[in-house]
Amino acid sequence: MTQIGFFPGCSLKGTSSEYAQSIFTLSKMVGINLVEIEDWNCCGASTVHNINNKLSVTLPARILTLAKQQKLTEIVAPCAACYNRLCIAQHQLKINKFLRNQLFETFQICIDNNISILNIIQYIEKYIFEKIKEKIIYFFKYPVVCYYGCLLVRPHKILNFDRLEDPQSMDNLMKKIGALPIDWAYKTECCGGGFSVSRTDIVVKLCGEIIKDAINKGAEAIIVACPMCQSNLDTRRSCINNYLHKKTNIPVIYITQAIGLAIGIKKKDLGFKKLFVKPTFI
Amino acid sequence: MSKIGVFVCHCGENIASIVDCEKVAMRASKLSGVVFSVDYKYMCSDPGQNKIKEAVKKHGLTGVVIAACSPRMHEYTFRKVCAEIGLNPYLCEIANVREHCSWVHEKVEFATQKAFNLVRARIEKVKNNLPLYPYKVPINKIAIVIGGGIAGIQSSIDIANGGYKVILIEREPSIGGRMAQLSETFPTLDCSQCILTPRMVEVAQHPNIMLYTYSEIESVDGFIGNFSVQVRKKAKSIDEKKCTTCGLCYTKCPMKKNLSEFNQGLSYRPAIYVPFPQAIPNNPVIDRNNCIFFQKGKCKICQKFCPTGAIDFEQIDEIIEIKAGAIILSTGFDIKNVDFFPEYGYGKCKDIITGMQFERLASASGPTIGEIRRPSDCKVPKKVVFISCAGSRDCAKGISYCSKICCMYTVKHAMLYKNKVPEGISYIFYMDIRAAGKNYEEFTRRAVEEYGIKYVRGRVSNILLKNEKLIVRGVDTLLNGKPIEILADLVVLATAAVSCKYSEILAQKLHIPYDIYGFFTEAHPKLKPVETNTAGIFLAGSCQFPKDIPESVVSASGAAAKVLCLFSSDELVREPIVAKINKMPPPLFSTCMGCELCIGICPYKAISKEEIKDDNGYVIKSIAHINSTLCQGCGTCVAFCKSKSIDLEGYSNKQIYEEVIALLN
Repeated sequence: MTQIGFFPGCSLKGTSSEYAQSIFTLSKMVGINLVEIEDWNCCGASTVHNINNKLSVTLPARILTLAKQQKLTEIVAPCAACYNRLCIAQHQLKINKFLRNQLFETFQICIDNNISILNIIQYIEKYIFEKIKEKIIYFFKYPVVCYYGCLLVRPHKILNFDRLEDPQSMDNLMKKIGALPIDWAYKTECCGGGFSVSRTDIVVKLCGEIIKDAINKGAEAIIVACPMCQSNLDTRRSCINNYLHKKTNIPVIYITQAIGLAIGIKKKDLGFKKLFVKPTFI
Repeated sequence: MSKIGVFVCHCGENIASIVDCEKVAMRASKLSGVVFSVDYKYMCSDPGQNKIKEAVKKHGLTGVVIAACSPRMHEYTFRKVCAEIGLNPYLCEIANVREHCSWVHEKVEFATQKAFNLVRARIEKVKNNLPLYPYKVPINKIAIVIGGGIAGIQSSIDIANGGYKVILIEREPSIGGRMAQLSETFPTLDCSQCILTPRMVEVAQHPNIMLYTYSEIESVDGFIGNFSVQVRKKAKSIDEKKCTTCGLCYTKCPMKKNLSEFNQGLSYRPAIYVPFPQAIPNNPVIDRNNCIFFQKGKCKICQKFCPTGAIDFEQIDEIIEIKAGAIILSTGFDIKNVDFFPEYGYGKCKDIITGMQFERLASASGPTIGEIRRPSDCKVPKKVVFISCAGSRDCAKGISYCSKICCMYTVKHAMLYKNKVPEGISYIFYMDIRAAGKNYEEFTRRAVEEYGIKYVRGRVSNILLKNEKLIVRGVDTLLNGKPIEILADLVVLATAAVSCKYSEILAQKLHIPYDIYGFFTEAHPKLKPVETNTAGIFLAGSCQFPKDIPESVVSASGAAAKVLCLFSSDELVREPIVAKINKMPPPLFSTCMGCELCIGICPYKAISKEEIKDDNGYVIKSIAHINSTLCQGCGTCVAFCKSKSIDLEGYSNKQIYEEVIALLN
């Protein structure tokens, strides 16, 4: 059984446990054992790098050090924010010798730059898709829009994943399970991210525009790969409806949930129950 | 016995502040063979030059060493002084104690020592110098102009009017270049084609101009005055002598869906086509990559309809050789396409166009017959956003230089739009308005004050497509960086002007330098702007750097003047620094063994085999022979010669050895 490290981050343990559930279900189907990094800590995500650069590197660096100590050579970070922070910390320590020495002297953190960090799309492309190709039984034949958010592809120079503007990787995966991805303008627009609690008005406005364009383009679902985006677009829906002055019922589904449906996994094993906006059409 | 004179120049303070010139002159005077030595504040001045003349006359000098600036600066001056007093100029040598010594060292004792060493080395060399006499080579008074845009046309006409033959070579089926594609020109708004086409006709009808269109350069050999250029005349599949330009062929061609290069992909053209109605020459050509007959082997409809039987499917590319004395390069520029810009949608949206495409939309001969219409649905746009500096002045993603022409043509576009759609609104996003030029600033002011064009200082971050409209999101930096959104119908990008796709390959064929952007490099940025480092090859127009029409014409006429200047004399004086095979009395004739190694390695094909025959015509010995007019004095054969039978005149092995030994002692 292939063993791959798993960094859930705070979201996958809480607000987006359905995301975690669908990932584990898919992984089990293809015989991959996801090993959670023991004693992991917060990655710093949307706030720390604005306040303290050193801490914003130290937090992910500790996670990577733990992964190395636990003999993991490859880890999946399904949350786009975690993926982003881990990659950036790895990059900064690679180029900044001073910071590297400092971290080692203070915390005995010695980062291994060989650990490869995968986001969920890379993980699906590399380990899952080839093995489930034959198992697709219910084609996910819906017009969808893929929403990448800001963190999955930026900063491009460090992550080097997909195209900076107008990325394609999720659209390609969706096409393969029979969906009809629609070209739209808000693929990488900001959803408001961590402002969900402190400035809900901003989040509602930004998400409102995203949902409006998705509906106008004729999509029946928004496919996401980031728990932050999902929660903003999904859990804030009543406020968004108020902002748009109409009731919208377009569901926001994780890419792993969509793939799971296509290969015949039951909705309850994919955590559909937890979505605020229920996908009634499926 | 040599009688050498040494002259040490202070160059004001340039040399004297670091090197003790007096001491150098004093020490030099004690060297063997030196009969006169002096230092002076400015050796190149008139009194300085007189000191040299007097010393040569008084002491009967057989050699002169001048310790001064680089020989690139004043070698010619001092050699001329020697020649005036009757001393062979090649007996004068320069010791470079400025660039090679005072400018690169601190004021230390060693600097003076180094200057003295340099002087001593030159003294030892000059002792072995022999008088040399320049060669004269005839000039082939035909000019080749590569590229038939406005710069190439102007150069050709200027040289032809000067009375010399010009051969104009153009890659496309017609001359005219970029200027033929433009609608109106700034700052006068006069029609581009109306002022260009008379010039094109003049080229076609001028008795001194020979036009090769649909032709490319294969290779270039030779040197100033005597170039030999191989030109590939691509098969047009038309017999130009029979063709009456009736146009029946292209109306009948069934393969009509090829994107028109001339209209920047905004319309279609048949496989047999004339790029535009006023094309010179007006004969059509067959685009073989898109012709049904050439791709599938069946069709020949054009041949059936051609009333004169001019269509020739069997025609093949023809390689011709042209001998010429000078070459002018005027290959122009390209622009970046919309697909270069990720933030503007990778070229996905049809209503985001380049400035060149807008020119075609605004042109009376364009795909919309001069009406401004969106490419996607042919509607008249009510709101247009122009974005200048798309890719220019952008170190991170584009090119770092300013494309220079965009500020002005963007103003022009906005004015043309306003003229054609009076109720339309146009915005220009800009970084700076660079309107330096005669009447340029007034032109931009007119756009703002009379035409009401809205200038927004800031960049556009991205463009979203929404309900067939384009949401242009930018920032207004004059409103405290406030983000703004404009709902536009059409977006025009003033994309960066870049070098031509094949400019680097062409530069390599011509052995001329080019910069990191692929633009050809001039010999001196200020004082030799139309010359290249290779003598006899000149630059005109925007193959050197983006230029507007007036500037292109200026440089084209400048290059033409240089060619006329070259052609004004019948012979070219060439430096006598050439390789020579040593000659000996019979029966040895030469130490050359006739191994012929040098023949193969000579980059200028200047060496051939020479057979020495006795009175009865029997070959006694075969040795190498160097053609002095072809030899460029590179010295490659000297280094290769196994029997040390070749010497470079003025730089013989003996001279170099003596110089090196003097440096080492």
